[in-house]
Amino acid sequence: MKRSNKPIFWSLFGAGGMLSALVGPGLIYVTGIAVPLGIMNQEALAYERVAALAHSGFGKLALFLVISLFLFHGCHRMYHCLHDFGIHVGPGLKAAFHGFAAAGSAAALYLLIAVGT
Amino acid sequence: MKTYTRPMGAWWTRNPYYLWYMLREASCVFITVYALILLVGLFRLSQGKAPYERWLEGLASPLSLLFHALALVLVLYHSWTWFKVMPKTLPFVRIGAWRVPDRAIVVTGVCAAVACTVLIVVLAATT
Repeated sequence: MKRSNKPIFWSLFGAGGMLSALVGPGLIYVTGIAVPLGIMNQEALAYERVAALAHSGFGKLALFLVISLFLFHGCHRMYHCLHDFGIHVGPGLKAAFHGFAAAGSAAALYLLIAVGT
Repeated sequence: MKTYTRPMGAWWTRNPYYLWYMLREASCVFITVYALILLVGLFRLSQGKAPYERWLEGLASPLSLLFHALALVLVLYHSWTWFKVMPKTLPFVRIGAWRVPDRAIVVTGVCAAVACTVLIVVLAATT
């Protein structure tokens, strides 16, 4: 029997679900609400500060995990939502959703390497 | 051969539980778009200071603020449901012969999420 790829994608979905449940609200509040509205000092997301984060090993890992796992979590759940709406999903569409998450992860990885240290 | 496919209709409107379920599922769209916003930010950052600051200005647009406000509400709901079902998604957690009660697992998860949120806000605010 051909080995199922389900455990891989379910693990990525689960890891992304856990990470977004833990850090999602805090990140969205800081980057999307508190800093743009001026509730928090604009310096929090200043270029020099975020660039320093993207140049550090920990920052690279954190940024990669957040972008990649959020994408895998979101795309996996969207794919299952189509079923809930009565849209029949074949292997092609499934590959498109996971491929999209993989492409986004690859882009993040490339950019994090390209920005250097 | 074409087989009969039962139409789905708006089944999730028939029961409030299904509506809450769909609302939770909707969080995935916001999590995906948020990851893409961060990816664009990373791209802008790699281009230099001026492009990055234009990306930051974009975050203050009304559309962006509306998106992030909705995202915050839905992701908070996702977070709550994620830990609420954790006793069912995890195998039994045992310490010696003692099985950790479901309630303790939920409380631990929620406390971890609160701690992470406080940590992120404090770290971001400490400039």
